[in-house]
Amino acid sequence: MATSSRRRGGTGVAAVAALALILAACGSGGSTTTASGNPDDGTQLTMWVRSATDQFSQRLVDAYNQSHKNHVALTIIPNDNYLTKVGTAAGSRSLPDVLASDVVYTPNYTKQGLFQDISAEVKALPTYGSIAKSHLDVASYQGKIYAVPHKLDSSVLFYNKDLFQKAGLDPNKPPANFAEILADARKITALGNGVTGFDLAGSCGGCGVYTLFPYAWAAGEQVLSADGKKVEIDTPAFKAVFSLYKQLTDEKLVDSSDKAQDGSTWPANFEAGKVGMLPLGSPIVGDLLKQTKFQWGVTSLMSPDGAHTSTFIGGDVAGIAATSKHKAQAWDFLKWTLGDTAQVEIIAKNGDLPGRTDLSGNKYTAADPRTKLIADGLANGHTPFALPFGDLFNNPNGPWVATIRAALYGSDIGKALSDGQAKIQAGLDAAA
Amino acid sequence: MSVTTTRAGAQAPAAQAGSRRRRGSTARRPLTGVLFVAPTAVIVAGLFLVPLAILVYMSFMDWPLLGSPTANGIDNYRHLAHDSQFLGAITFTLLYTAITTVVLFAIAFVLVAISNSRRRGSRFYRTAFFLPYVVGTAAASTMWWVDVSDRLGVFNQGLQSAGLIHQPVGFLDTPGKALFTVVTLVVWKFVGFQVIVLLVGVQSIPGELYEAARVDGASSLQRLRYITVPGLKPTLALLTVLSVTGSLLAFDQFYVLTHGGPDNSTMTVVLALYNKAFQSFRLGDAAAEAVVLLVALIVLNVVQLRLLRRDRED
Repeated sequence: MATSSRRRGGTGVAAVAALALILAACGSGGSTTTASGNPDDGTQLTMWVRSATDQFSQRLVDAYNQSHKNHVALTIIPNDNYLTKVGTAAGSRSLPDVLASDVVYTPNYTKQGLFQDISAEVKALPTYGSIAKSHLDVASYQGKIYAVPHKLDSSVLFYNKDLFQKAGLDPNKPPANFAEILADARKITALGNGVTGFDLAGSCGGCGVYTLFPYAWAAGEQVLSADGKKVEIDTPAFKAVFSLYKQLTDEKLVDSSDKAQDGSTWPANFEAGKVGMLPLGSPIVGDLLKQTKFQWGVTSLMSPDGAHTSTFIGGDVAGIAATSKHKAQAWDFLKWTLGDTAQVEIIAKNGDLPGRTDLSGNKYTAADPRTKLIADGLANGHTPFALPFGDLFNNPNGPWVATIRAALYGSDIGKALSDGQAKIQAGLDAAA
Repeated sequence: MSVTTTRAGAQAPAAQAGSRRRRGSTARRPLTGVLFVAPTAVIVAGLFLVPLAILVYMSFMDWPLLGSPTANGIDNYRHLAHDSQFLGAITFTLLYTAITTVVLFAIAFVLVAISNSRRRGSRFYRTAFFLPYVVGTAAASTMWWVDVSDRLGVFNQGLQSAGLIHQPVGFLDTPGKALFTVVTLVVWKFVGFQVIVLLVGVQSIPGELYEAARVDGASSLQRLRYITVPGLKPTLALLTVLSVTGSLLAFDQFYVLTHGGPDNSTMTVVLALYNKAFQSFRLGDAAAEAVVLLVALIVLNVVQLRLLRRDRED
């Protein structure tokens, strides 16, 4: 049996850790060389993003490179490895000039001083007042701004109008509460031929945060306290959510592969026209707009009784790494991404949400009632915060994934939720 | 040291031929030897000993991925004793090691019997068995991940079109099925290596022994028991060491295929260690786990090599 390739996994970890150690000694903090005059002086810039924003970021970077002398080289890093990569690079002072970050992780980075303070630059923008506040908030630390919105996204419920029609449902009347979701899912699954009424991700913590928290927020629950130190998931709303999802699973109204779905291929079945309803977010709107296989609609994620709606405002922010020597040029790029051209002609045109509230009524977003519904929904949205967020909620071996699986595939939802709450709370306490 | 060596070298030409050779060799050999060993020694020190020292140092620190480390004595080792994920990983890794080692050997023996014959086509079989071994573990795991998928995988589609199943199997849905899937991957990928090494072992046993045994009227079972098995002992011992060590360090296939799931049921020690470092960002705790794993492997290998040596002496 070959040991070499396996052993490499172990020593790789040790080597990376060791590298981090050697180089962490150098400490942090950086110098900035501001070029005189025009910052668009043909500088080579580097930028890192996670794979969740790959095409989105690529479009922005390509357009910037075409219209500027500066050149941004984009590196796309798999979602799962992003924190690792950033953490080790921070230790070895090899961060790129422009560093993007998932909003839920950003507080870790600002707290550790990975970004340069860009408060003065951001506040000098004429559009400062309209930059998405949820993102600016997570990118600020002790009154200073360290990053600006890179990508804004929001979770909603998509539905396939063609399948609704075939199942004898009104294609212009999406489900308004949990009872209707269940009833519609039954009718659509009854169409047979591999079609399922609903689609859920049974082994994906991030997906759960993104699409399950809003149900609870809509029901008036907080889930995570504002300071990120208390969690409440053993609640009536989550019981209702998991009762619905468990019923959908038990009645086989979802695909059998959903149990092992880790998020990587989640929208595939919906995009293939095989799923009636899919809770996901604005990032797939671009793909849905391009396909012509079926008509689709969108509605907000609602409280179990349907009285209120909410959404998870997710996405990424981008800042200038503390070690960058090209602050002026990097800011030139970031400033450009917040400008009207980039926001409307690149971001909104593709179906994504602009990062500025004054542009939510732009010609592309407003022209389609579906993108307009998503943009308007941001008003009821939340971005949760907790320092060990990734470890507790996104980690495939963490307590939140275990809670989801115990609730969906176990026998006792109440016990799953109370166990889960205790474990997640213990994790929050340990990090405090 | 270097002074005396140089002088010894300088005086050498004046001395007698015989003594020159003797003195030169005793005096020069250390320096020449050191020079020959130096490149390897530098590499070993730089890539192994220094990182190892750093690792041990880290294991006594509270070391977050971001931020500055602080010393915390043996706290990290104390955490290990109460870390249910790590303890569970030890149990699972031992189970996995036992299963893969046994299954690999069992299947390898059958394949050796098939490909050891002089019939035409045995070369083809040898090549076919060995080919998967050339694929990287991570690549093979990704391939398997797609193959076992309910929606995309050829395994489910194949079984369904053959009429053997009506619903997709869900190869990674339960702890048992996930372990089974990983073991099939590992067998497919690594059995070729095992077969080749065993074949070399089998073919290095002199044919005269079998002829003599046949002349003496030994049955084929007796020939296996008294010639093949004793002749293969060193090979078997070597393969066991490699297989056990490799399985105890299993990472890629679990990282790619199961992520330690479902419900953390397929969490190996190295995967737990990796998670500790790069999901929880507790590098100090991860370093302590690595030290424990290293010590365990050293002990295990010493024991196994002892057994191997005793076999040779027999």
